[in-house]
Amino acid sequence: MPAPIRLRELIRTIRTARTQAEEREMIQKECAAIRSSFREEDNTYRCRNVAKLLYMHMLGYPAHFGQLECLKLIASQKFTDKRIGYLGAMLLLDERQDVHLLMTNCIKNDLNHSTQYVQGLALCTLGCMGSSEMCRDLAGEVEKLLKTSNSYLRKKAALCAVHVIRKVPELMEMFLPATKNLLSEKNHGVLHTSVVLLTEMCERSPDMLAHFRKLVPQLVRILKNLIMSGYSPEHDVSGISDPFLQVRILRLLRILGKSDDDSSEAMNDILAQVATNTETSKNVGNAILYETVLTIMDIKSESGLRVLAINILGRFLLNNDKNIRYVALTSLLKTVQTDHNAVQRHRSTIVDCLKDLDVSIKRRAMELSFALVNGNNIRGMMKELLYFLDSCDPEFKADCASGVFLAAEKYGTDSLTSLHVTAVLSCVLAGSYVRDDSVPNLIQLITNSVEMHAYTVQRLYKALLDDISQQPLVQVASWCIGEYGDLLVSGQCEEEEPIQDEVLDVLEGLLVSNLSTPVTRGYALTAIMKLSTRFSSVNRIKKVVSIYGSSIDVELQQRAVEYNALFKKYDHMRANPNPNIAVITIHASNSTEAEMTDFVFQAAVPKTFQLQLLSPSSNVVPALNQGTVTQVIRVLNPQKQQLRMRIKLTYTHKGSPVQDLAEVNNFPPQSWQ
Amino acid sequence: MCLIVAPSDLLVCLCCQMRFLLLFSRQGKLRLQKWFTPMSDREKKKIIRDMTTMVLARQPRSCNFLHWKDLKIIYKRYASLYFCLAIESQENELLALEVIHRYVELLDKYFGNVCELDIIFNFEKAYFILDEFLMGGEIQETSKQVVNRCIESSDMLQETMEEYMSKPAF
Repeated sequence: MPAPIRLRELIRTIRTARTQAEEREMIQKECAAIRSSFREEDNTYRCRNVAKLLYMHMLGYPAHFGQLECLKLIASQKFTDKRIGYLGAMLLLDERQDVHLLMTNCIKNDLNHSTQYVQGLALCTLGCMGSSEMCRDLAGEVEKLLKTSNSYLRKKAALCAVHVIRKVPELMEMFLPATKNLLSEKNHGVLHTSVVLLTEMCERSPDMLAHFRKLVPQLVRILKNLIMSGYSPEHDVSGISDPFLQVRILRLLRILGKSDDDSSEAMNDILAQVATNTETSKNVGNAILYETVLTIMDIKSESGLRVLAINILGRFLLNNDKNIRYVALTSLLKTVQTDHNAVQRHRSTIVDCLKDLDVSIKRRAMELSFALVNGNNIRGMMKELLYFLDSCDPEFKADCASGVFLAAEKYGTDSLTSLHVTAVLSCVLAGSYVRDDSVPNLIQLITNSVEMHAYTVQRLYKALLDDISQQPLVQVASWCIGEYGDLLVSGQCEEEEPIQDEVLDVLEGLLVSNLSTPVTRGYALTAIMKLSTRFSSVNRIKKVVSIYGSSIDVELQQRAVEYNALFKKYDHMRANPNPNIAVITIHASNSTEAEMTDFVFQAAVPKTFQLQLLSPSSNVVPALNQGTVTQVIRVLNPQKQQLRMRIKLTYTHKGSPVQDLAEVNNFPPQSWQ
Repeated sequence: MCLIVAPSDLLVCLCCQMRFLLLFSRQGKLRLQKWFTPMSDREKKKIIRDMTTMVLARQPRSCNFLHWKDLKIIYKRYASLYFCLAIESQENELLALEVIHRYVELLDKYFGNVCELDIIFNFEKAYFILDEFLMGGEIQETSKQVVNRCIESSDMLQETMEEYMSKPAF
């Protein structure tokens, strides 16, 4: 039997394949050869074959039949075999397969091997993929190696211990004694991994955290030496000595200083020193500054230090390097709640980042901008954000629209109403990027800005002509058309106004479209009904409404039946509507997760009014906005006084009775004038 | 790794710093994969697909950071190879760039002016070097010289062909 081909020979051959099929054929052929070689228990070429298998595995082909072979390689005396065997184990095995447990004994032996590189292989494998059982079995060996004077092994044992603790947290205590003089090491590898180990222990146990607080002075000293020491060729990165270790120490200091005044004070000076002395021309220096800022913000630092930190972030924002600008925005986002005023000072730079070309930066800048909006800057900020909403990529529109809407809601004032409504309209027209539960709020907003009704209904109608798939948009548009349909067709708008039949076509289109949800259909039907008092094509409307009286959709049917009733019983009012009677329809919806049962609406009005409550559509309000209860109220107001109403809602929610009282004083003037 | 809810003043996420490191070519061919947490083959394949798609779609002068699920993805292109490192969301992205750079330097020192072909034909060496630099998702050694010395010593330990043939396996 000829010797199996060498690894590099195979790689070369496979790379000559011109098609996927050709490659697959080569691989299958080789796998067959390897399988038979494995069956023959060939010791000489096992290593070569497993290496080839690992290459084919990287290309995406199955290699599980090599798992046991890896174990055999690990058990071999030859270093070449062990090296490939352990690599294979890490690539092909994982702790979820029982097979991996067979490694335990080999690893145990190799942890005690006379050659440190073999011990290293074992530690590495255990530290990368050791399962809980393996960790339990071998923790003692790791602990022993943690105390060795061989720095090569000590550093690996430290990280291995970290892995053991992650897998079996109860074993953490046993490593405590070995940590005693870890920080006295001169070797940077050991120092670094020791700091990682200490960090892991502090993160997991408040007792450990308290215990290791006493290390703060030592950590400060080590950090100071790193900064002050001269050039060290072994650890230098662009003029900075061992940035990896510096960052790790800063991280541990953060954990130790958090919520502890004394520790925070002890590290104050060194943090200020790092913050002011670190070279910022390269990424590595900025990486350290970044970590320093994070530490300063997390511990109980004095205010001068905090301002220093935020100013560093402010300078980052002006850096040419995108990565640094991005990181600054991310950090400022984290600190904007706690240090709001300090971050506000950098607002204009942040807003400039909205125009950045980089997508990740734009997103961060947007999030931060929303966090910075307040009563004082709403005008300017809204202008910038609306511009952004208009011109941003589709992937942003959703979140931007939500943010603009929330900001307008929170900080919009009466004097800003038209700004407010424009903002809101932009959101709605940006598509389905407004949440369903904002629809009633949107309607309320539009109602309140009387001078914008014509403009609003015209824009929304136009939007409907383009696209009826976005449900919140369609719902708000339907409502507006129903309410302000007269303005839509009356020529009050600048553009060509639609005729009544066109408008009814659009609304009827919504009723029959597959894209419309039941809720949307409800809005559309109600809008059509309302137009019966605004348009002259009453017969057409009557017809539509009567058709839906037999709709399968119960909601729709109920409405249609009621509206039909209005046509029949109260049609006489249509010709000569009693100007003293206001007809009000209430819609009750429920956005909570449980339905409201036994729903009863009661109203009381001042003495000069008379009230008639017609029966409600139902006394169950479905959950999650899945339907509404409607009820018609007729109010007789002969003295034309301003309508005020006290309302009382009673219902049962999640088994408990609920009562809600309110006063409604903001009926639009048309309802009682 | 599981999320353990600890007492309020302790950090909550207790996973390792780095989750995975991938090297792939501009055509999306995988050249190295290191996973620092256990994952099924299916999950790994999906991640590889997602990473290559996302990273290869990036504009040339974008920043080197991406968000994917709850992780930060740091990527950088060196010649024809993309290095893609996933870190926990609270980790330092700028330092992650230095980690990638350090690994490239280590490869460069070992192979002498490293190129993609070196990694293809000597992938096992690329892994050995990585395993001296990182372990269990954390940095193991911060000195370039120490890592290189270890690899060279280990290489010396590897048996020559004659030694290999004559030595008993067990």
